[in-house]
Amino acid sequence: MRRWSAFQAGLHEFYVGPYRQMFKREKQDEDDLFMIAVLGEALGVPDPAAYYTAELLPAVWENFHAWHRRIGIPRSPLDHIGCC
Amino acid sequence: MGSLILMIIGLGVMAAGYFVYSKYLARRVYKLNEAFVTPAHELKDGVDYMPTNKFILWGHHFTSVAGAAPIVGPAIAVIWGWLPALLWVTLGTVFFAGMHDLGTLWASTRNKGRSIGSLSARYIGKRGANLFLVVIFLVLLMVIAAFAVVIKNLLISTPGAVIPVWGAIVVALLVGVAVYRLRWHLLPVTVVGVSVLYALIVVGDQIPVVLPESTLGMSPATFWIVALFAYGAIASLLPVWVLLQPRDYINGVQLFVGLILLFGSVLLATLFSATPPEIVAPAINMNVPEGTPSMIPLLFVTIACGAISGFHGMVASGTTSKQLDKETDARFVGYFGAIGEGLLSLGTILAVIGGFKSAAEWNEIYSSFGAGGVNAFVQGGANLMQNGIGLPASLSATVLATMAVLFAATTMDTGMRLLRFVVQEAAEAFKLKIGKIPATLIVLALGLGLTFSQGLGGEGGLRIWPLFGTTNQLMASLSLAIIAVILIRKGRNPITAMIPLVIVFVMAFWAALDQLSSFTDPSDPDWVLFTLDVIIIVTSVWVAVEAIIAMRNARNLPPEDEDAGANADAHADAELTAVSEDV
Repeated sequence: MRRWSAFQAGLHEFYVGPYRQMFKREKQDEDDLFMIAVLGEALGVPDPAAYYTAELLPAVWENFHAWHRRIGIPRSPLDHIGCC
Repeated sequence: MGSLILMIIGLGVMAAGYFVYSKYLARRVYKLNEAFVTPAHELKDGVDYMPTNKFILWGHHFTSVAGAAPIVGPAIAVIWGWLPALLWVTLGTVFFAGMHDLGTLWASTRNKGRSIGSLSARYIGKRGANLFLVVIFLVLLMVIAAFAVVIKNLLISTPGAVIPVWGAIVVALLVGVAVYRLRWHLLPVTVVGVSVLYALIVVGDQIPVVLPESTLGMSPATFWIVALFAYGAIASLLPVWVLLQPRDYINGVQLFVGLILLFGSVLLATLFSATPPEIVAPAINMNVPEGTPSMIPLLFVTIACGAISGFHGMVASGTTSKQLDKETDARFVGYFGAIGEGLLSLGTILAVIGGFKSAAEWNEIYSSFGAGGVNAFVQGGANLMQNGIGLPASLSATVLATMAVLFAATTMDTGMRLLRFVVQEAAEAFKLKIGKIPATLIVLALGLGLTFSQGLGGEGGLRIWPLFGTTNQLMASLSLAIIAVILIRKGRNPITAMIPLVIVFVMAFWAALDQLSSFTDPSDPDWVLFTLDVIIIVTSVWVAVEAIIAMRNARNLPPEDEDAGANADAHADAELTAVSEDV
């Protein structure tokens, strides 16, 4: 039974594996865009919807460090977020 | 000598290569270390870097590198006799391809999973990286043109394959919807999908589709070429889950089924058939048809994939190295990946030399250079399958033709997708922004232009094949030069990389010069291929000079830290991102 499950898992991996990177990268691009929308005001871009996006800040906290490193900023660009 | 003996010799040499030579490479040359923290762990992000089980990773790696090329090359090259092709495939796999594929995987793993283009920027110089883009562009362009002709030939010579080949696209679309949208279980979907594909093969065999003299004002050959490029363009623009992903998956399953059918047929036919397959082709063909180029150096570029291929280095360093769980897994994934491709070529050789009844029949098939090719593989393989497993020859031919076309079509649309990216990147260098559709149209125009430069029916299409092989080998030379430089920098003996490097480079360069004169032949000149050949010769000289300078410099530099890749600083991170974007 365990072997059967392993076979099914291997088959699934054979299907999704080669394209996992592509899908995740696409999702990451969308998340990055969302991050910019949420952090726009904090980064100095006037945002008429800031009142609402501020409420979303806790949702992006967790990914903030990985995001600023990915876009080429080695240290946190916001003084009040000391992630690194 | 029977096919079985050749099969045993071929398998024996490859097995010895894996169990003896790859072990030597792993322990003494690359010094693979189980404790080394691979980029998959060090930089794990669940996107690019992801530790993966070595068997699954081998499956991905193998299906990415294997395609129609290891079938096309050997099927053409046996025109010089089976012995040179067999020697080059077996020894090439063991001492060249295995070394190269394992080496590029190791080099990339030791350098944060960088691509071979990025490694060439680091070890050979920025010019080397630019050169790499040119070479990649040419290889992709030539391969889509050559494969369009290969598929067209098969659809005309095996009309039974028309329904399954185009039906496979519908099957893939339905599999994609079932798995991605409807979230059905993969196993039943696979069973049904593959069963429908094979049912289509049976239907196609019963209802062969032969196009009339003129379809939409085009001859059958021209029509198929245009239809294939149109398909490739549309497929390369669709979201990947719709077609590319399910079609790659079905092809992967097909690849394993095809290998089992081929080797199983040889085995069963030899052991149980009343008329075991005999080799009808000459060991060394002293009476090659007129117009056949000289065996040396052309053999070495006609069989690229299946002996050594630069493309493998791109796959090994582009994606595989980022998923390697332990460094010691590189031996299985890289070296055995090369063995898998060698096996496909070995199966092709067995099919085209043992699948015919007499030497006269074989000579008729190989009446001119490039005439045999995949058609010979389909015919010879079909006879072997009829003999071995009792499947009617016509149905067997449809099975093999469908398999070969699906492989080639996969490469075509993936190639068009990659070319589109190269065109967009090249435009960005000139501060131009080109959208997906205009970039695809540019690729379409270039691909069709190159194919039709050989004649409206793609008559001279396979004339491009050795040139494709030459460019592919040039890419392999560049990868071997990088491996040699790294070995020198680490204070190790680079001889295991230097010998294949010198042989592959000399043969590729010689072949490029040899073809130059054939393209200017007054009776049949080809100025498009001549221009491409000149570019290849110039880049070859460039590679040689850059590589020699890099090796001389490497001797004078202090030995590189064993774990340079693991300990590189944040600056290297930024460099990695910047350069990998280029390639």
